[in-house]
Amino acid sequence: MTPGILAIIVLVLTVAGYVLGRQRALALAKRDGVRLHSLPGHYGQAVALFTAVPALLLMGAWLFLQPLLIESQIRSQIPDSVIPEGGARSLVMADVRRIADGLDRLVKAGSIGEDDLSSMRADFSDIRGRLAGVGVALGSNVAPAVLEAAKSYRAIAGTSSVLRNVAVLATALGLGFLAWRRIRPAMRARNVSETFIRALLIGSSLVAILTTFGIVASLLFETIHFFRIYPAREFFFSTVWNPQFRGGSELGILPLLWGTFYVSFVALLLAVPIGLMIAIYLAEYSGKALRSFAKPAIEILAGIPTIVYGLFALITVGPFLRDWIAQPFGLGSSSSSVLTAGLVMGIMLIPFVSSLSDDVINAVPQAMRDGSYGLGATQSETIRKVIIPAALPGVVGAILLAASRAIGETMIVVMGAGAAARLGLNPLEAMTTVTVKIVSQLTGDTEFASPETLVAFALGLTLFVFTLGLNILALYIVRKYREQYE
Amino acid sequence: MTDLTATPALADAQNRSLFKRGERTRRRHATERRFRAIGLAAVIFGILALVGLLGSILSNGVSSFRQTYVALDVYLDPAKLDKTGDRDPEALRKLTTFTYQPLIKTALETLIEEKGISVEGLGAKDAEGIISKEAPATLRHFVLANPSKIGEAVRFELLADGRIDGYYKGRVTMETAKLDRNVSPEQLMLADKLKTAGALSTRFNWAFLTAPDASDTRPEAAGLGVAILGSAYMMLIVLVLSLPIGVAASIYLEEFAPRNRLTDIIEVNIANLAAVPSIVFGILGLAVFINYAGLPQSAPIVGGLVLTLMTLPTIIIATRAALKAVPPSIREAALGVGASKMQSIFHHVLPLAAPGILTGTIIGLAQALGETAPLLLIGMVAFVREFPAAPPGGFFDPASALPVQVYNWTQRGDPAFIERASGAIIVLLVFLVIMNLGAIFLRRRFERRW
Repeated sequence: MTPGILAIIVLVLTVAGYVLGRQRALALAKRDGVRLHSLPGHYGQAVALFTAVPALLLMGAWLFLQPLLIESQIRSQIPDSVIPEGGARSLVMADVRRIADGLDRLVKAGSIGEDDLSSMRADFSDIRGRLAGVGVALGSNVAPAVLEAAKSYRAIAGTSSVLRNVAVLATALGLGFLAWRRIRPAMRARNVSETFIRALLIGSSLVAILTTFGIVASLLFETIHFFRIYPAREFFFSTVWNPQFRGGSELGILPLLWGTFYVSFVALLLAVPIGLMIAIYLAEYSGKALRSFAKPAIEILAGIPTIVYGLFALITVGPFLRDWIAQPFGLGSSSSSVLTAGLVMGIMLIPFVSSLSDDVINAVPQAMRDGSYGLGATQSETIRKVIIPAALPGVVGAILLAASRAIGETMIVVMGAGAAARLGLNPLEAMTTVTVKIVSQLTGDTEFASPETLVAFALGLTLFVFTLGLNILALYIVRKYREQYE
Repeated sequence: MTDLTATPALADAQNRSLFKRGERTRRRHATERRFRAIGLAAVIFGILALVGLLGSILSNGVSSFRQTYVALDVYLDPAKLDKTGDRDPEALRKLTTFTYQPLIKTALETLIEEKGISVEGLGAKDAEGIISKEAPATLRHFVLANPSKIGEAVRFELLADGRIDGYYKGRVTMETAKLDRNVSPEQLMLADKLKTAGALSTRFNWAFLTAPDASDTRPEAAGLGVAILGSAYMMLIVLVLSLPIGVAASIYLEEFAPRNRLTDIIEVNIANLAAVPSIVFGILGLAVFINYAGLPQSAPIVGGLVLTLMTLPTIIIATRAALKAVPPSIREAALGVGASKMQSIFHHVLPLAAPGILTGTIIGLAQALGETAPLLLIGMVAFVREFPAAPPGGFFDPASALPVQVYNWTQRGDPAFIERASGAIIVLLVFLVIMNLGAIFLRRRFERRW
């Protein structure tokens, strides 16, 4: 029984629980000749909730914990001798899982029976060939110990699923029955089901905390792992980034950080003045017609997926800069460059700066403008000397939020900035960023024990810390100074 | 008094006419005009950037919706396809595309002869080259589906090779063909003559929307079918998970939550999650859903879960705004006639807030649809030709996604894939426009102001 079918059975039981609970409440009330405390539906609802929610939670928890428990059981079964030189136990574990999956398919396809399986031996039968026949490709021949581990993996997983099915159904039926038994006309069914629903609402809002926890935990865990096999000093202070998949890599973050900040700086250099001027013009000068057209048009830029900007950088901006600026002046010959990525990212950031600044400029009270005009200032003098200083905290907040976007942006730099880790000043050369390297170290076939892969988690943690810091700073500035005029 | 009039500034002021601007005023007004012009220029730059961005994608991509086909009458020779004559499906399935290649060659030679076309310097092998390498597979597929047609001549519309197609879209010219190993000017001349003879035509390309991806050497056959289906599966998962969880969380935070530390932590968390770079969610998906929970790589279920976590903050923020917009009098009236708090919310507040919630959900889904970076990390970038099965099993099959397919195509060598990538972006943008128009429609139609 797959988890899907199990869930459907639980849902059927839930509906049945609702109907039965409602009927029992009505029947009891009629028999005793009393009025129900709550509406009949509330009694059904209480039974349904007790049937469905604990059972489904149990199922979720089981599905989540099962791999962990099985793995710890199997791990001890794998002798060190089958772990390849320089490889890791986790790789062998992945093989065990795949073989177990393949054996399942073999049994399902009917080509071998359960009895044959237990007598099957890796040194006699061609496991690899047979598994390939059902679509499970293995990198090497199967060692006897690995096959044994795969067999016991299957056995434990099988027992575990049976136990899970029994436990989930027992929970659903048991709690549902108890809730059904408890029904009396005087029972406060509405209060019971509402308390229950309220608990569910609280649970949903905890998902946000769980997500943050998951992000921090997965980043921290693997980063600690990384620093165990690679010195932290080298990572933070080395100026060379040169991963080798044969070992002996140099993984210094400095060139990547430099690329990230350089691209972001170019982007902000474009986005901040233009975004700010757009906000000023639309808020202070433009007529209604222009504003109602231009504001949404510029905000469309914020809704366009970043892959579109990436393609724009790749096929339009990059070749243009190369053919018209870099090559004629002999500054470079690559179409992906800091300037390409920076300009395109700048366009993407314009709406972030402009719409947030627009809001804060509009929040500056009219009285301040009138006061300035009354003293004889022109409109631009009022804007520069009165409105911008008054709106400055909000504008700074907007710029910081845009900067945090720029640092975390991935697709534009992947497609526009290049992949060469370099500490240089020429903006027409290709450079690389933290996000590009996260993508390149984690895509494709990855082995989860090498420093070359794990470094991506350390990079991710660095990125997370930087963007989080910028966001918190931005929120702090905006909150602290916003109340002045409200 | 005389001292005062003696100061030069005041003397200057007294001499100044009200009808004539002074030097300083003129300068200030010039600054004013300049400032204004800069502002207008910035607005125009912003709009031009939008036009340039969309224009570049559209001009590159529109041509991918048209494709060049060659109409051929192919004789499905029983001597080659079915030697025993019993139309055994097993035996037919064993035949590879190599068996079908000669059939196409013969058919093309016949066609050239019939139309009396001759091109100087064109070898026998070259003529065949104008037809896509995908064509034998098309034939094989047809024969497997209709074994009874063996022995008949069937008219096929076969894809022309990517370079021939590029010739009619202006990507390939006679000059570039001379330098290109994959196409020769003679082949282009042959294509031109076939076109005049009516055997070769360029028409709308449905296969672009329905066919799966194709290998590096046959861009003409690459389509978005698997990617669109994969994206649809993920959007379904995102909708089913994030809407109930998001609405439930917002109801709690907006209507029930007491002001305490836990509530504060949740609120700060949601605000921060909305600003976490998308690639970090990809790392989360890789570490938790794939490595820890053992879910398959490239599967829509993992993509859907990751995108759900990314979309939740958007939906929660929108839902809270919508709940806040429902006036307290509605709640009070419900409580006044004896409803419980839960009833007042689920029976009265939530239905009134529904348009706002749906608008926010659609906008969140639109964001999720265009998201690329996290999907790269969970392996959606793999080359997938098989369509995923129907849900729910299909959620665990490998699939692609629209934005990832775009990225995938830009990484290939053949320039024809750039055209395909731009075309895929157009498809993506069309979906986004439809979703956003839906959101605007909902807002216009159902939004109430109190």
